[in-house]
Amino acid sequence: MNRRHLEQQVALCAMYGALVMVVVSLLLIIGVTVLRGGHVLVTRPEVVVTPPGPRYLLGGGGGFVHAILGSLYLVLPATLLASGIAMGIALYLQSDYTSRRTAGAIRNLLDALWGTPSIVYGMFVLTILISLQQRASLLAGIAALTLLEIPIIARYADAAVQAVPPMAKETSYALGTTRWENSQVVIRYALPGIATGVLIGLGRGIGDAASVIFTAGAGNNMPSGLLEGVTALPVLIFQQASSFYPSVREQAYAASFVLIVIVLVLNVASRLVTNYFARYIPGGR
Amino acid sequence: MESEIQIRDLTITYGGRHHVVAVNNVSVDIPRNRLTAIIGPSGCGKTTLLKALNRLHDIKEGVQVRGHIVIGGEDIYQSRLPVFELRRRVGLIGQKPYPLPASIYDNVAYGPRIHRRAKGGELNEVVERCLRQAHLWEEVEDRLDSPAAGLSVGQQQRLCIARALAVEPEVILCDEVTSALDPLSSQKVENLLRSLREKYTMVMVTHILRQARRLADYVIVMYMGEVIEAGEAQEVFGNPRHEKTREYVKGIMAGA
Ligand SMILES: Nc1ncnc2c1ncn2[C@@H]1O[C@H](COP(=O)(O)OP(=O)(O)OP(=O)(O)O)[C@@H](O)[C@H]1O
Ligand SMILES: [Mg+2]
Repeated sequence: MNRRHLEQQVALCAMYGALVMVVVSLLLIIGVTVLRGGHVLVTRPEVVVTPPGPRYLLGGGGGFVHAILGSLYLVLPATLLASGIAMGIALYLQSDYTSRRTAGAIRNLLDALWGTPSIVYGMFVLTILISLQQRASLLAGIAALTLLEIPIIARYADAAVQAVPPMAKETSYALGTTRWENSQVVIRYALPGIATGVLIGLGRGIGDAASVIFTAGAGNNMPSGLLEGVTALPVLIFQQASSFYPSVREQAYAASFVLIVIVLVLNVASRLVTNYFARYIPGGR
Repeated sequence: MESEIQIRDLTITYGGRHHVVAVNNVSVDIPRNRLTAIIGPSGCGKTTLLKALNRLHDIKEGVQVRGHIVIGGEDIYQSRLPVFELRRRVGLIGQKPYPLPASIYDNVAYGPRIHRRAKGGELNEVVERCLRQAHLWEEVEDRLDSPAAGLSVGQQQRLCIARALAVEPEVILCDEVTSALDPLSSQKVENLLRSLREKYTMVMVTHILRQARRLADYVIVMYMGEVIEAGEAQEVFGNPRHEKTREYVKGIMAGA
């Protein structure tokens, strides 16, 4: 009896410990960005709406709206594209469309892709760009981010779709649905899980520098077209943080804070949408 | 007796690691516009037989169906009838209700919509008629737009019956439809099934022998994948021929 009690206490301590560690590091991260970059946003809030001035990275004036826009232009289309492709993959992996063996092989492949460092995606797209004799552009950046996000969203969507009770699928088939109509029903059931996957893919995409630094570019200009280069926030942060000038390094923290806020806002917004749909799902809210 | 469904030499096996012959060389007729109960001990193949009647085994890998099933004069495994049209004609209601993740209205309207059988104002009529038929209308008429997931399980089961009725089936298959329900909801669903049996050919799998006795016109008794007895309910219950059936009926008498 005593030993079992002790076991439980130890396990509980481990759980609390893990929780505290995560929460503390999260607070530290936010705290440091706010402490070091917050005053920039307070004293010069216009940096989030001003384009960079000349010699921006050398301590010149201006702000970093180009990177905020650049990040959004890169990650929103990429996430949209990746979600569409990932949904196709997730549905194809179901037994309605393919055999268990093929599905297993594809899942392994997706897992391998998931674990591939993002710089590899960047290099891959860069190789294509070079062979086509093209420069870095918004379009190429979107392509790299889409590739990066596909395996993540596909695996989440796959898990969500697999979690739909087989009987629910069966009853829908029993109404005389075609496979495609049935898939639409399955997507409705799996929507909350799919949305989680989309969010995580988006988070990975918006925070990634390595895949876009060679493909989308790193110039200090405003986004001006699909075939022109853009800078993503993480790339800019990398540049600012490695600067000699303290005033530039401060802006790196301000930009980081903005990045966190963007992720948070997108998170909350999509949660609201998902919760709305989750109301309809049996066993949901 | 006019039969709607003729089953001939039907054998169904589950493949995979353990090869199981779930239905073994079954031949039996099911009468039109009456309620047929399939009874028998757990694992004897009732669900497997039922699912063969609207080709629901097709969606699973490794299930083999051999033999003939003729419904309304058509051999369903041979004919060119698209399988989704067959399933419209032969509806199935399961053990647990799974409403679609949508509103009450959309649940009932879903079938007619995909089969293009009704639209606009017509659709409203279909939804109301089916919900009334399923004895659910009064309980939900003022919240048709709210999620079906918010209904009680008994209401959800009746909603699933309404949804099945909305595609205007000719045959309705029910697999232990009251097993997830409390006694009061069970009774409501039983009354519902009773009211439907004149208009539809109904086939009901049930574990509750007293329920079969209350509802069934015709009874099929299965044992280890085979049909050991089939006939008018009064006969099967009153004067069972097979020894296994006799044991069952005794069970009913003792329980009643
Ligand atoms: N998917 C499956 N794969 C392999 N064997 C199966 C599968 N489904 C059912 N079986 C086997 O087929 C036989 C008949 O099963 P079935 O579900 O038809 O029985 P049942 O009469 O409906 O039982 P119950 O009254 O418990 O629902 C059983 O021996 C069962 O183990
Ligand atoms: Mg069963």
